[in-house]
Amino acid sequence: MEISPDAWVLHEWRGVQLNATIVFTWGVMALLALGSWAITSRLSTEETVSRWQVALEVIVTTIRDQIAEVGADDPGRYLPFIGTLFLFIATANILAVIPGYQPPTGSLSTTAALAICVLIAVPLFSIGKRGLRGYLRSYIQPTPLMLPFALVGEISRTIALAVRLYGNVMSGTVIVGILISVAPFFFPVVMQVLGLLTGLIQAYIFAILAMVYIGSASRSRQASDDPSIQDTGD
Amino acid sequence: MDAATLIAVVSILTAGLTIAIGSIGPALAEGRAAAQALQAIAQQPDAANTITRTLFVSLAMIESTAIYCFVVAMILIFANPFANRAIEAASQGVGG
Repeated sequence: MEISPDAWVLHEWRGVQLNATIVFTWGVMALLALGSWAITSRLSTEETVSRWQVALEVIVTTIRDQIAEVGADDPGRYLPFIGTLFLFIATANILAVIPGYQPPTGSLSTTAALAICVLIAVPLFSIGKRGLRGYLRSYIQPTPLMLPFALVGEISRTIALAVRLYGNVMSGTVIVGILISVAPFFFPVVMQVLGLLTGLIQAYIFAILAMVYIGSASRSRQASDDPSIQDTGD
Repeated sequence: MDAATLIAVVSILTAGLTIAIGSIGPALAEGRAAAQALQAIAQQPDAANTITRTLFVSLAMIESTAIYCFVVAMILIFANPFANRAIEAASQGVGG
């Protein structure tokens, strides 16, 4: 049984393998880019607004509200990054209703790439907000003894982010594959529906956790005791 | 029993144990988290949005331990690195 779309090679040309992960990732990217280009090329501020524009506005404002609720003071700064993460993962997971499609998030390479994006984005946003000195000083708060723990936490939460998304999506695919051979027709469909739900929730979790990490690194120390959501590095 | 069979037996047993033990803790923890969240929503229905959001995030966090166990079990069954090595060694032993 294939537990990753990496092993599914669609095309091979002079030793360069084009596997399903790359193809479906570019498919999702093309769908998102073309869709948003087609919608935003005909934006209007008149009284009649196309329903696609309304849908896009709902998505953007919802993501912006969620970012603001997690504790960022200016959501517009983080909206492109967090919104892209959420939209890409959510689309990649939802498209699993199409037969023959395998979610690229079910491959550890994709999720590791996304998690590394978060790993790089955290210091970038933090330095942009507090300066290099302020960011580096956050590692030795409250004492320099915490430095190794902070570094290990940084690495381990990146791995956790990658493996969580990969494990969730991959487990959905594997369970459906096992159920098809054990109890066909009905139970796989139920598990597929459950897989759609977990796919959406995982997209939300990934985006929210990225925002929590960025927010906790870029917030100043006085304001960092926000009780609503705390940085858990697990 | 040759080495490959032994490795297969141990891998399957360990995979079963991994998923069995590894799902007990997260199951208890998720039930507890959900119960506490329901209690909190019953006491303060106004804060339901914040509680639900935090609940989802913490459920995903708790669930990830079970997911790690699942990934380890999958690796043990489908992509066991030691089984391949044993099979290679056995084929070399036969060939040479």
